[in-house]
Amino acid sequence: MKLMIVDDSQVMQMTIERYLEKLNLDLIGKASNGREALEIFHEKKPDIVTMDITMPELDGLSCLEEIMKMAPETKVLVISALSDRATGLLALKQGAAGFLPKPFTEEDLIEEISILSGGSYARV
Amino acid sequence: MQESELKAFIDEVVNYFSNLSDEPAVMGVPFVKPDEAIIQDFTGLIGVSGARKGGIYLTASREMAVKAADLLLKPDIEKTDEILIDLVGEITNIIAGNVRKVFGSQFMISVPIVLKGAISELSFKLRKPVYIIPINWKETKSFLAVGLD
Repeated sequence: MKLMIVDDSQVMQMTIERYLEKLNLDLIGKASNGREALEIFHEKKPDIVTMDITMPELDGLSCLEEIMKMAPETKVLVISALSDRATGLLALKQGAAGFLPKPFTEEDLIEEISILSGGSYARV
Repeated sequence: MQESELKAFIDEVVNYFSNLSDEPAVMGVPFVKPDEAIIQDFTGLIGVSGARKGGIYLTASREMAVKAADLLLKPDIEKTDEILIDLVGEITNIIAGNVRKVFGSQFMISVPIVLKGAISELSFKLRKPVYIIPINWKETKSFLAVGLD
């Protein structure tokens, strides 16, 4: 399955990449804001997207909305520091397949990816 | 700012470092910032708007940032200034975002502004009084500053 990581923090991008390397996903791109993410999405059509919310230029929830219009079958896991319940519910309402608050552990992330991919990936 | 609100920040700092490693952060006694800025090697600043106005910043030593980066990143990744500044900005972002559980979703936060040693942006964003929370973790020291109206 093709994966795209969207986060304005380079360190967070690298952390997510490191945590998911055991799953043998095909990392097809990393983006630092929603606009970059949409460009990559158009070109490479990832199956799974991890999506930050607070980003410059185009925020994650607006980007999620665009992705859902284009390809509603895409599994988007919103990963955000905005950990209040209202934000999580809003992300799910806008089409996210899951919501993971920061900070998170490797086990948390793998579990979420496993759930949204229909159990394709076992827990590590 | 109420004591319970300050405690929300302390709780989120403790939560962040507990999540990151087996060694919890030990929090010092908060105090009101003196006239001189408290600045270490790398600083992440978040502006706050909406229901509350002001800002928060986390200022950390290089040693603390390297120890955190060692836990998060692959060993072969070089811990450059760019990486360490980004990391401190992200920790600040996480703490500021997490306190919305207490402050509510109208506690709006900006993307982090990251600084290396500079102080001009800090005095611009924070509202007085600015509370400083000392953080001790893995024998390193950092400070969280909170200045909200």
